[in-house]
Amino acid sequence: MTGPLHWILQVGAITKFGLLSIPQRRGAVTATVIGVAGVVAVLVGVLSIAAGFQKVMAVSGSPDSAIVLRSGADSEMVSGFGRDQTRVIGDAPGVARNDRGPLSSAELFVIINLPKRATGLDANVPLRGIESAAWQVRDDMQIVQGRMFEWGKDEVIVGSGAAREFAGLNVGSKIKVGRYEWPVVGVFSAKGGVPESEIWSDAKVLQAAYNRGDSFQSVRVRLNSPGAFQEFKDSLTSNPQLNVKVIRQSDYYVEQSETLTRLIATLGFLIAFLMAIGAVFSALNTMYSAVAARTREIATLRALGFGSGAVVVSLLIEALLLAVVGGVIGGSLAYLAFNNLHTSTMNFQSFSQVAFAFQVTPRLLVRGVVWAAVIGLIGGLFPAIRAARLPVALALREL
Amino acid sequence: MNESGTDNGALVHVDGVGKVFHRGSEDIHVLTDLHLQVPAGEFLALMGPSGSGKTTLLNLIGGLDRPTEGSVTIAGESVHQLSDRRLAGWRARHIGFVFQLYNLMPTLTTERNVELPLLLTHLSKSERKKHVAAALAMVGLSHRAGHYPRTLSGGEQQRAGIARGIVTDPTLLLCDEPTGDLDRKAGDEILKLLHALNREHGKTIIMVTHDPHAPARAARTVYLNKGQLSSEPLA
Amino acid sequence: MKYLHLVWSNLKRKKLRTSLTLLSILVAFILFGFLSAIQQALVGGVAMAGADRLIVRHKVSIIQMLPESYKARMERIPGVSLVAHQTWFGGIYQDPKKFFMQNPVVPEEFLSMFPELVLPTEQKQAWLATRTGAIVGRTTAERFHWKTGDRVPIQSSIWAQENGSRNWEFDIVGIYDGKKKGTDTTPLFFRYDYFDEARGRWGKGQVGWFTIRVADPARAAEVAKLVDQEFENSSAETKTEPEGAFVQAWASQLGNIVLIVAAILGAVFFTILLVAGNTMAQAVRERTGELGVLKAIGFTNGQVLALVLVESCLLTVLGGVLGLGLAWVMISRGDPTSGLLPMFFFPTRDLLVGLGISIALGLVTGIFPALQAMRLQVADALRGT
Repeated sequence: MTGPLHWILQVGAITKFGLLSIPQRRGAVTATVIGVAGVVAVLVGVLSIAAGFQKVMAVSGSPDSAIVLRSGADSEMVSGFGRDQTRVIGDAPGVARNDRGPLSSAELFVIINLPKRATGLDANVPLRGIESAAWQVRDDMQIVQGRMFEWGKDEVIVGSGAAREFAGLNVGSKIKVGRYEWPVVGVFSAKGGVPESEIWSDAKVLQAAYNRGDSFQSVRVRLNSPGAFQEFKDSLTSNPQLNVKVIRQSDYYVEQSETLTRLIATLGFLIAFLMAIGAVFSALNTMYSAVAARTREIATLRALGFGSGAVVVSLLIEALLLAVVGGVIGGSLAYLAFNNLHTSTMNFQSFSQVAFAFQVTPRLLVRGVVWAAVIGLIGGLFPAIRAARLPVALALREL
Repeated sequence: MNESGTDNGALVHVDGVGKVFHRGSEDIHVLTDLHLQVPAGEFLALMGPSGSGKTTLLNLIGGLDRPTEGSVTIAGESVHQLSDRRLAGWRARHIGFVFQLYNLMPTLTTERNVELPLLLTHLSKSERKKHVAAALAMVGLSHRAGHYPRTLSGGEQQRAGIARGIVTDPTLLLCDEPTGDLDRKAGDEILKLLHALNREHGKTIIMVTHDPHAPARAARTVYLNKGQLSSEPLA
Repeated sequence: MKYLHLVWSNLKRKKLRTSLTLLSILVAFILFGFLSAIQQALVGGVAMAGADRLIVRHKVSIIQMLPESYKARMERIPGVSLVAHQTWFGGIYQDPKKFFMQNPVVPEEFLSMFPELVLPTEQKQAWLATRTGAIVGRTTAERFHWKTGDRVPIQSSIWAQENGSRNWEFDIVGIYDGKKKGTDTTPLFFRYDYFDEARGRWGKGQVGWFTIRVADPARAAEVAKLVDQEFENSSAETKTEPEGAFVQAWASQLGNIVLIVAAILGAVFFTILLVAGNTMAQAVRERTGELGVLKAIGFTNGQVLALVLVESCLLTVLGGVLGLGLAWVMISRGDPTSGLLPMFFFPTRDLLVGLGISIALGLVTGIFPALQAMRLQVADALRGT
């Protein structure tokens, strides 16, 4: 009679009694479910900011492309090359070629102030001067509206994220760069990557506007294969003419997103952790009152021969169920409220804005529900132990 | 009306009182055209079967409820006409309640329980202390002043309840089945105590009870049946 | 006050429940404190900005430099009483993750422009006398265990010396403190004359941005316009705005922090409202009979309402005070992100707001149970026992 099946039946019976009594305790139960939902919504919501930012960075760089900066520079902002150097870089072994030459784009990177649509306040928007290979050294670049700028002409195209986040970047409008006014002639996409936050012009045009002579700040190349990276890097770093650092684009963007991701993750976890502690107290409260309300019932079951283990497990199951329901509600709320919410923020490394969308990923949702389950288990454990320890005879007399 | 409110010697006048409760669409006539007068200084026992309306009548006299018809006048005050707010103040000054289940605050000591009605007066802390001590002495519970209700026996709890009822020296002490939850011996002690309070301290007491020993202690016993009073128990 | 023991004894009735509720309220207020500090760190600079100070930067963007020679021209503009400049140095000490700001400045004008930086007189003299001298804020000095007399190597990601080296060395001659609590004491400042001479050809004579003090803050907008007019149509046009507006735009570049913080706090307090409100409702339900007795004894409806409300307020205020206190202690230990939030502290104003919220929370959670208690019919309540 004491086989595992029998035991499971016991647990099932007690759990059922518990769940049936929920309507009588709806105040406390609601408080707990919503408490857990709040924790999960905030956790998932905050981390979806980091996830969204990371996603932008992750899709931006493929392992078979590389970026070359001046040695010691941690971003394009503070890097610099002359034309002779960029040529050496383009001709290095490992760089892919097409009929027009090496797939290498020497680029300029400056910042202009444009008001954010959301706030109307000035923000640092990156303006990049490119060479024609820029389209090949990046993945999945596409003009989605208007046309490409004409080489040598004072025209710009804007990334779709920039067009969305900053005022005055529609096709047909003009942007002011110093004393110049350049028309926006097209919008491009980059499958959600960093370039979408940028404004692009011909590098030569930008050089002239900024009195940069024939200098650049970075060189991006497409490699023959991901494996060609080492060869490419070695040839550059061993070249006495150059003093450069060579990074895979994928690694470069991971590095770029590190500061912000760390900030968000640190604060997000801190907040969610504190909230989780609060939710544990709330869950404890609910489950203690559940035990108190059912003292007699539990004692009756014990008197009838139900085991104390079954009581503990069934109460844990109840707490777990409530918490998981809360977790699912919280996760769904976060998903509905935040997923794909577009915004932009400052990338500390490049001093400029990056447009991104909150990403409520399945992984985050799972993480939220796991947190909920842990809250439920902790919240259920102590009350369950108390219930199991109730002296049966005493409890029967109660109430 | 004269100042003592005893226009024909009585402290409590219940005149033509009726009380109807509504349960769903059904009207339940608990009391009908009931008359009762209680002179000051009397110890009245009010007996009758369950559901006869004893407690309802006591509540009407104590101003906890209002009659559907008729009037309740106590010491010259038309109780049934007072607003809720005035009624609360009037209760605080004139009525002491003793309940069947003692109704002590489990979180307060005996002393603090007895002090409760005094919080509604303007007495200072030291004066309140004095009154509490006197009331506890009167019911013979001075040695339990600092104890919590759950550590007292039933009889002791009811003594504390009585002390709380008399601590403000009310015009009228209303007891609802004060011995109903006590064993014989403790019940007799309580009846003896109420008797003494009436005899030695001149308290006017109305006591609703089932207790067969009550008529022996009370000065007068009336019987309530089907909403009507009589001086003889039902056969 | 004579009723206080009554309220208190009710809170002690179910110690476990009261403690758990108290703890969840406490946690909510710790969070409130933390989020206040985070918000302070990210956008609080606006409040610290001087009302009489303007920031002048390159019109196109802050990263573009302005000629140092602009200073003399600005000083001639009516309404301008002082001009100082700074330049972003972008230096790293040991580890790029241990971020702090370093800027070359002209000591005299810089210190009089920013009186909120408090530097002992003899250290100021030492700075004026030492070409390679630098002063550093207390926070960073303590972080890296720097003392006056130390020589610290800093690598600039932007600026190379004439010999091509990016390694710069500075002599710490002073450690400054903030006059007010919100003053950022993480940056290091060193001398512009040393910097300008030592840096290579690139950028010589160029500075990052200017700060202007206006004689009359009421005329700040007017002066700003005059400054921008002065450099209109030059190769480096300027954009001049009040320091507060500049800081605000800077902070908002991160995103709408105020909104995010408000959303999180909203979620937290809504939850706590439910938890505490439920506790109070339960507490009132459990003692319907007792409340009936109080009324029978002669407590008025208003007094019963007040008893319940005071009880719920006592609970939330106690939780609030403890939570805010703990938050204060935790926040005083400093920035949890190692350097990203230099102005991480608990503003007094928010402390008071927190106290206000704790009282409001008590009223809101208590009001429904209190009304319920008030409306109890005595006879019904007694029957219920």
